Amino acid sequence: MSTPILEMKGITKEFPGVKALNNVSFRVAQGEIHCLVGENGAGKSTLMKVLSGVYPHGTYSGDILLGGAVQRYRGIRDSEHAGVAIIYQELALIPELTVYENIFLGNEIRNGPLVNWNETIKRAGEMLDKVRLKVNPAAKIKDLGVGKQQLVEIAKALSRDIKLLILDEPTAALNEDDSANLLDLLRGLRDQGVTCILISHKLKEVIEISDSVTVLRDGQTICTLDAHKGEVSESALIKHMVGREIDNIYPKREHKAPGEVVLEVRDWNAYDPGLGRTILRDVNLNVRRGEIVGVAGLMGSGRTELAMSIFGNPLGYQIKGELLVKGKPQSFRQPQDAIRAGVAYVTEDRKGNGLILIQDVKENITLANLHAIAHRGVIDSNAEIKIANEYKVSLNIKTPSVEQRVSNLSGGNQQKVCLGKWLFVKPDLLILDEPTRGIDVGAKFEIYTLMNKLVDQGMSIIMISSELPEVLGMSDRVYIVSSGRVTGELPIGEATPEKVMQLATN
Amino acid sequence: MFFQNLQKVLRQNIREYGMYIALFVIMLIFAITTNGTFVSARNLSNLLNQTGYVAVLAVGMTLVIVVRHIDLSVGFLAGFIGAVAAIAMKNVGMPAYVVIPLMLVLGTIAGLITALPVAQLGIPSFVASLAGWLIYRGLLQMVTESSGTIIIADNAFNAIGNAFIPDLPLGLLPNMHKLTLLIGVVAIVLFVMSQISQRQKQEVYGFEVLPKDIFALKLVFVSVLVGAITWVLASYSGLSWTAVIMLMVVGIYHFITTQTVLGRHIYAVGGNPDAAELSGISVKRITYVVFGSMGMLSALSGILYASWLKSASTTAGTLFELDAIAAAYVGGVSAAGGVGRVTGSIIGALVMSSLTSGMNLMGTGIAYQYIVRGVVLAVAVIFDVATRRASK
Ligand SMILES: Nc1ncnc2c1ncn2[C@@H]1O[C@H](COP(=O)(O)OP(=O)(O)OP(=O)(O)O)[C@@H](O)[C@H]1O
Ligand SMILES: [Mg+2]
Repeated sequence: MSTPILEMKGITKEFPGVKALNNVSFRVAQGEIHCLVGENGAGKSTLMKVLSGVYPHGTYSGDILLGGAVQRYRGIRDSEHAGVAIIYQELALIPELTVYENIFLGNEIRNGPLVNWNETIKRAGEMLDKVRLKVNPAAKIKDLGVGKQQLVEIAKALSRDIKLLILDEPTAALNEDDSANLLDLLRGLRDQGVTCILISHKLKEVIEISDSVTVLRDGQTICTLDAHKGEVSESALIKHMVGREIDNIYPKREHKAPGEVVLEVRDWNAYDPGLGRTILRDVNLNVRRGEIVGVAGLMGSGRTELAMSIFGNPLGYQIKGELLVKGKPQSFRQPQDAIRAGVAYVTEDRKGNGLILIQDVKENITLANLHAIAHRGVIDSNAEIKIANEYKVSLNIKTPSVEQRVSNLSGGNQQKVCLGKWLFVKPDLLILDEPTRGIDVGAKFEIYTLMNKLVDQGMSIIMISSELPEVLGMSDRVYIVSSGRVTGELPIGEATPEKVMQLATN
Repeated sequence: MFFQNLQKVLRQNIREYGMYIALFVIMLIFAITTNGTFVSARNLSNLLNQTGYVAVLAVGMTLVIVVRHIDLSVGFLAGFIGAVAAIAMKNVGMPAYVVIPLMLVLGTIAGLITALPVAQLGIPSFVASLAGWLIYRGLLQMVTESSGTIIIADNAFNAIGNAFIPDLPLGLLPNMHKLTLLIGVVAIVLFVMSQISQRQKQEVYGFEVLPKDIFALKLVFVSVLVGAITWVLASYSGLSWTAVIMLMVVGIYHFITTQTVLGRHIYAVGGNPDAAELSGISVKRITYVVFGSMGMLSALSGILYASWLKSASTTAGTLFELDAIAAAYVGGVSAAGGVGRVTGSIIGALVMSSLTSGMNLMGTGIAYQYIVRGVVLAVAVIFDVATRRASK
């Protein structure tokens, strides 16, 4: 193996009550794509934050060597100067600014005290070519899809002179096409000599792209596998990550004859006055008791809008059509009404509108159903702690206590808190929007098992997901959505990946 | 060991305890520079009465800022309502016990009106309440135009801002105010008991608790402080009605914000309005509640102020809103939303009025007073932001 460009030795990082990293060693060779995998809360993001100076020198112990030289970053700026660029789990672009402004934000091309806009736009164009993105550099970020935004982030990183590019779950929010495109781009960068560290829970892409893989578990390095020696396989990764083997990631469930219809929408149309266009057209859909209904479709096809329009329409779409819950016509004016009628919606955007990040785990879990633990409006704090601890145990949420602030949890554990919050509402119908985004294999398996248990107990589930294997592995029936229309409905026996993809791109 | 613990606890909770320490230090400094006049019974008693009308505003403002809004109209609303109360008593002849509840209702309605464009149309509260600021200022001038300052003759009304609670008819301790002492003792006992039971509960659930010696120190410190203030006040005329009202407002709001569903909903809306809405909380409703409560407390503030001065004037309420906002920020609320305690804001109000009172006693010029208070506000907020960042 060639000389390591990066070597992290004996890194230990503690937070109050948590040892996030415990004597971690991590070596990355020059010019390779090195994947970092591990369960939720294993310490992946923390390790990268140490590397990029988010946690400055002195707040952790251990050594960082970049190209053989010891590094002591006082902040992100130092690591940027040294040639480390990191793209975080959540995007950090400014939506109201243009693509070129974002690319050179904080790194402006100057003419004395002034910004040289002509040069900026020209260079931005070059960067966009480099990441093979065809957009107008003058377009605003908010008008681009997530996949394109992701590429702009990379272009921004490349606009500096970088040695090491770190991507923390870049494909979590991308559809298959965009993901494939991104992986392709990374390969291209590797050929140009850029070293990449990639964090991902999608084992398929890890296997596809990595030169080597390091596995973390509970803040410790378990092993580093070399892809060129054939050491990287799905079963090997799972075994090292979880510490045991999982044969079938989609646990089997009998497809029972479903019960009565729990929710139905008929000729459902929605118009978004903000965007000024119709986002849902003539949607017909129903869910029966004890059924998991999958909703497949590309990102931006209107799946989330469909869920939101049913769930009390908080975004204020103009809606036409009929909504029936257990046979009774309903019109929900706000999410509160939907919750009362037994509908719950777990959002795809946990940070944006799922969690109150500055509050603790227990406050988040009980938020949607506070009246269940209150007498005459006064909260019973004992009951609250008890409930929160129950969900902590049953969902295996990794946190030192339920009084921990949610912003201090790892991404996957935040997702579990979201899930716990809606399970506590004890709904009849649970709408899950990308429920396993950013969740590790072991936890995915746990969530699937839980879903099966819930439908066995008579709950109904609508599962919106961009991951086709997940939809096909879990559903009883699948709807396919494309451009705001339902283009197909297939019983699971007839749903093949090819058929679904064809309907989704209709 | 003890000092290590103390250091660690102080470092971890510096934000929470910082204000209390600051207040203590400020009082200590003034006690020294004024040769004890500042902590004399008479001055402390006055200090509480002067703090009252800003403190109740600060409590309401805390919640307004927690839900990411601001209300600039409260000062002149207070002034206007004080004037209406004066007119109702003087010209209409209504008794105080009718006027006071009526004014509270009026204030609530005014608050709801401010909330209307904010909740319904999403107009920034800064603008909506700035409109209110102008309108109430105009209204205040309109109703006081012909008469100028309106003198209030109603004794019951004036007692709120000037009189003290009655004493128990007991023979012992002839020179002390026995009811005040009793209230002080009950407060200390309740505080100690609730702290101990809370600690026991936290231990049962395995949460982190203060080390035993530090916990004891905290109990002793607070008890002694409350005890000392009680003693000083009792040796003068006892608790004033203003102080009682202020304590009740803080007590009720503290309970609502920390123990009830409504309080949790308010903080949830402040922490993330989108997530709150999707959790079945009506953000609109919370906006109305918070502004309605702000309006009611503005009315209370106006009553306290008019009663203290025994009159309503054309300029009553000027800059109250800024004092209240400053008190809330000194007390640790965050403009980013979802963070801030009403107890903190009361301490903030006490800090600000202690500065005024102390500097007045020292004969500091008014120009310097503004500058000093400005510096204290800036330091408090910088301290708050810095410690928040450190704890992240
Ligand atoms: N600021 C913080 N304060 C306290 N604990 C923290 C903080 N940041 C992270 N942790 C804890 O450190 C551990 C590692 O978190 P980290 O975010 O690195 O996990 P991760 O491997 O990236 O997980 P995921 O796959 O879910 O993103 C977790 O237990 C987390 O709760
Ligand atoms: Mg992470």
